[in-house]
Amino acid sequence: MLGMWTFLITEVLFFGGMFAAYAVYRNMYPDAFASTSKFMDVVLGGTNTAVLICSSLTMVLAVRAAQLSKRAHLILFLILTMIFGTIFLVIKGFEYHSKWVEHLVPGFDFQYDEPRYQHNAQILFFLYFAMTGMHALHMVIGLGLLTFLLVQAKRRIFNENYFAPVEMIGLYWHFVDIVWIFLFPLLYLIGHRR
Amino acid sequence: MATIAHGTPEIAAEEVNYLNVEHGWKSWLFTTDHKRIAFLYLISITAMFFVGGTMAVLFRINLLEPEGIFSSETYNRLFSMHGIVMVFFFLVPSIPATLANFLIPIMIGAKDLAFPRINLLSWYLYVFGAIFTIYAVARGGVDTGWTFYAPYSSTYSNSYVLSAVMGVFVAGFSSILTGLNFIVTVHKMRAPGMTWSRLPLFVWSNYATGLLQVLGTPVLAISLTLIAFERVAHVGIFDPNIGGDPILFQHLFWFYSHPAVYIMILPGMGVISEIVACFSRKRVFGYNFVAFSSMAIAVLSFFVWGHHMFVTGEAMYTSVAFSFLSFMVAVPSAIKVFNWTATMYKGSVSFDTPMLYAFGFIGLFTIGGLTGLFLAALATDVATHGTYFIVAHFHYVMVGGMVMAFLGGLHYWWPKITGRLYPEAWAKFAALIIFIGFNLTFFPQFILGYLGMPRRIHAYPPEFQALNVLSTAGASILGIGYLIPMIYFAWSIRKGPKAPANPWGATGLEWEIQSPPTTYNFDETPIVTKEAYDYGPLEEVVG
Repeated sequence: MLGMWTFLITEVLFFGGMFAAYAVYRNMYPDAFASTSKFMDVVLGGTNTAVLICSSLTMVLAVRAAQLSKRAHLILFLILTMIFGTIFLVIKGFEYHSKWVEHLVPGFDFQYDEPRYQHNAQILFFLYFAMTGMHALHMVIGLGLLTFLLVQAKRRIFNENYFAPVEMIGLYWHFVDIVWIFLFPLLYLIGHRR
Repeated sequence: MATIAHGTPEIAAEEVNYLNVEHGWKSWLFTTDHKRIAFLYLISITAMFFVGGTMAVLFRINLLEPEGIFSSETYNRLFSMHGIVMVFFFLVPSIPATLANFLIPIMIGAKDLAFPRINLLSWYLYVFGAIFTIYAVARGGVDTGWTFYAPYSSTYSNSYVLSAVMGVFVAGFSSILTGLNFIVTVHKMRAPGMTWSRLPLFVWSNYATGLLQVLGTPVLAISLTLIAFERVAHVGIFDPNIGGDPILFQHLFWFYSHPAVYIMILPGMGVISEIVACFSRKRVFGYNFVAFSSMAIAVLSFFVWGHHMFVTGEAMYTSVAFSFLSFMVAVPSAIKVFNWTATMYKGSVSFDTPMLYAFGFIGLFTIGGLTGLFLAALATDVATHGTYFIVAHFHYVMVGGMVMAFLGGLHYWWPKITGRLYPEAWAKFAALIIFIGFNLTFFPQFILGYLGMPRRIHAYPPEFQALNVLSTAGASILGIGYLIPMIYFAWSIRKGPKAPANPWGATGLEWEIQSPPTTYNFDETPIVTKEAYDYGPLEEVVG
């Protein structure tokens, strides 16, 4: 358990590097950053936020079920969590696709319709892809871990005396969700401050 | 040799230990025994040390002539690869991954680290990182310096930056996992009675190192990832052409790499604390101060990175704050030096090989540390920035400090690790050669730097030639000095006389078990009733 907490601290620092870069550049180019908001799909982003919050709830319920040795509930909630996680990734995939169509991927023929922000907005879009991409990578790893838990649960490994892996992977899952809670306002809502 | 306090069973040839319990390459490559993994690490980092050392020899040869012998391009690649290999593949893992990996579980009375399989994984990550880096060397190397400064590394350099960056990135995760393992182990696996205030100082210093590895290395990982993105897709994060800020890379890089220099020195300080106590036959003076100075160094080291950037146009008040904090971080280091000398005071000091290295460490580290204060002072730093003064300063700390401590620790615990004794006369001779070679190599560089010779340039004005020739001569002596221990250590594994359980008459749990230890270290979990350095009144031990 302490190992997982320590690992999550390293993750905070890992994402922290990108958040620091975000803070610096947003401070340098506030207008260019705000101008990107009209390309961000707040509805999809908001839906994804809701989806992730739901997945956190089902994850907690899964941990609770493991602690109480309720195997059927554990399996149910693990599957629900995985479904929510998959929905998130699918929606994210649609968002990435529309960015690709609109030439908003830095390094791949990036074009921005406001010439005065062309350069600086590219930095925001790079941070967008780097941060959400890294987050999505963590989601994929999380889904892998949940699959592992599911297999273990089916094999009746967990009971009220042994549920540490469920708790640990639960912690990880919540961490990944919390990262998104920070990403959503920072990336989607910059230009919506009125 | 002092009489041995604890009952020592005579080592019989057929006694089972971690080295002979299993045979064959599979038993090594799939082992989860922290002692075997430490041995694997020892072999790998020694190999990397000689790779990095070869580069150093080559560019020192280049500097024999004022106009240089190799092309400037070759020279740039040589010093860059020397830095990358030595920092990330030797110094960072040197003591933590070998000696600490071997000793921490034993010192706290545990059977293994908290996560034995993660420990093995960290070795594999290290090896993969090393392979990427060696690949970069084989393809012609990298010319960015070990710091990978943007935008040169991300946009302009046409060398093999990407594979070297990948190598360092992967090796970084190996370092994170080692640190994580140590932190959890020290918290959770201590034997009954092994309270925090009874922990050997070596454990304290490696615990502090673990914190640095866990908190700092992820930031290096993300900085290098951004460099890789920039290089592959030209996204512009550090490219001034589109408003990117290359200075940001320096901030991110030094946020890791300043703590990293303490990753490279704290474990060495832990080794010296053990050696000085043992060979002065006294408890360490001011145990609490030494332990907490490790923690103080760990904390402060995260707030001094700006002193690498005094000449980047950093705001004046920022520089003043970083300068002040850099002076602060010297205080806990000085506490340690004073406490070691106070430990020796009125102690029964003997001059066995580990102690010679400890003396070397204390002297050279003091010079390295005090010249660090020159560099923490703003005006002096502006004058000496980017000169050989810096090179000499950090080599006094890293080589004069950490490598001395590493060799001292290796000699001190070699009987425990291998169950064999090394030839003492040769070892003393090598220690002397290394000390002379080291000073001859690097002391002239202080003078060269003070006179204004810039670092990282393949040529120099002719008036600097005499000092450069001295430095190169010293480097050849140093190189031979490093080869001698390598030869007699390798010899002693098979041919050395068998070592008793406690050849030095030292205290500590690691000396109460057989040499080499069994796979699970202890037959039954020990119960600790004494503090770490219970050397007792001096007369009894000496008489």
